[in-house]
Formats: sequence, C-alpha cells, structure tokens
Amino acid sequence: MARSSNKSPTAAGSNGRAPTAEELISVSIPSDTAAGQELQERIIAVLESLNYPPRDVFGVRLALEEALVNAIKHGNRMDPEKRVQVECRINSTQIRIEIEDEGKGFRLEDVPDPTQDGNLERPCGRGIMLMRHFLNTVEYNQLGNRVLLEKLRGDE
Amino acid sequence: MADGVARRIDIEEVDDTTVVRFVDKRILDETNIQIIGNQLTGLVDEDGRRKIVLDFGNVEYLSSAALGKLITLDKKVKAAKGKLRLCGIRPEIYEVFAITRLNKVFSIYDDQEKALEGL
Repeated sequence: MARSSNKSPTAAGSNGRAPTAEELISVSIPSDTAAGQELQERIIAVLESLNYPPRDVFGVRLALEEALVNAIKHGNRMDPEKRVQVECRINSTQIRIEIEDEGKGFRLEDVPDPTQDGNLERPCGRGIMLMRHFLNTVEYNQLGNRVLLEKLRGDE
Repeated sequence: MADGVARRIDIEEVDDTTVVRFVDKRILDETNIQIIGNQLTGLVDEDGRRKIVLDFGNVEYLSSAALGKLITLDKKVKAAKGKLRLCGIRPEIYEVFAITRLNKVFSIYDDQEKALEGL
C-alpha cells in the first residue's frame, strides 16, 4: 500500500496559524470498507486538529463515507484485486479529496432521483445527493470512476 | 440472532411497544449496517413485534446505507400492519432525512415520550 503524508511549511500569520500550510494524504486502499473507515478517521482527525466547525466535520465525514463506499462497492464491485486511490489536501480554509476506483465507471444521468415519489422507498441511491448537499463541489470525470470532493471552511 | 455477533441495538419493552436504542454513535460502516439491519428486521420477522419506536438519541452519524435499512424495516412493519416511529433525531441527522425527503416517509417525533403517545 503506497502511503505518503507531508506538510508544506510556511511562515505563521499574526494569529500563529499558517493559512497556506497544507496536509497531503495520498494512499491506495484495498476494496474493503474497513480500510475506508480507517482512512476516514485519518482525514477527519486533520480537520478536527484545524478546528473546522462541527457541521463541516459532519458533512465531510458523511460525504467521505458515501464516496468511498461507492468506489469500493459500486466501482470496484468489492473485487479484492482492485484498489481505490485517494488523494486528500487539507489546509485551514479548504479540503479537497480525489477518489478514483478501478471500475468501469457509470453515468450520472442513470442514477434515479431518490426524492421522486416512485423512488422514495428504494433502499439505495441517496449517496450522491447527500454528498452534494454537504459539500461545495462534487464532480465526476467523464468515465465516472473518479470524483473530486471539495469543502470550503464554513462559518462557526 | 447469530452466535458471536454483538448486539448493536438495546431493547426495552414499554407496554406492548418495543423501544430500540442504537449502541453505535456512528451508523456508517457497511458491515455494521448489515448487522444492525438484520437485528432490526429480526424484531418483526422472528420476534413478531408490531409496535416499534427507534430512539436515535445516541446517533451522531447515519449513512445512506443505514437509511436503506430503515426503509426496509418500515416496509416490513407496514406489511405486518404494525407501527414504526422514530425519535430523538439530532438536527444534522434530521437534515439527512429532510434532504432525501424521508421525513415524509417516516413518522418522526421529538422524543420517546411523544413517540409512545397513542401507539
């Protein structure tokens, strides 16, 4: 498993906080939800150390869970031979996460709207909707096997 | 319930209603959600319970997969002509229900006392 994590040091501002210091987490995890959980904890720990507001932490944790499960379960179809590549950059004003699976991709337009009357009682299909609600950016690549998630720091 | 699987729900009987509290603060992990889902549907299928209140007082996070299990439980209870009510839901979690319009599907109450009224 490839792992790397480094901080970019910059001069501290007047409040002692370095606004452009950035933490990078770049990992490849197996198609295993336990590995996804462990990565989630790592990323959330950084957000909490930067005192992101509780609502931001809630939203990012939820979106990460949804996106990682999508990559593992739907993208890689739980195939133990396939991996999920995650690159996460966090600083005091923004978190940016790219998640890529080794699956065949999908088309966003094929995902039905879960809030339509006929779909309300379906047990699945709400992950992307929840991600979009709590984050500033949720963007898929053309193939649909890579997603970019971004959250700007909110108000306290 | 299968041997060796830890109980993820706490059950209390109030008259003929079963009040369920979740052991986990975070109902996120897929494997865990499967177990919780089985233990919930077991209440209806195996134990024959018809009046259930789910108390979310302890729950800080809920994923969409968990919502799916709740929908499955709701369908089972309705099919058995029973009643399912939810209570003690924190604002961020309620937001998850509202965004997905599931606040229209489930009967949601502020607290256990209100949820038990008239059941």
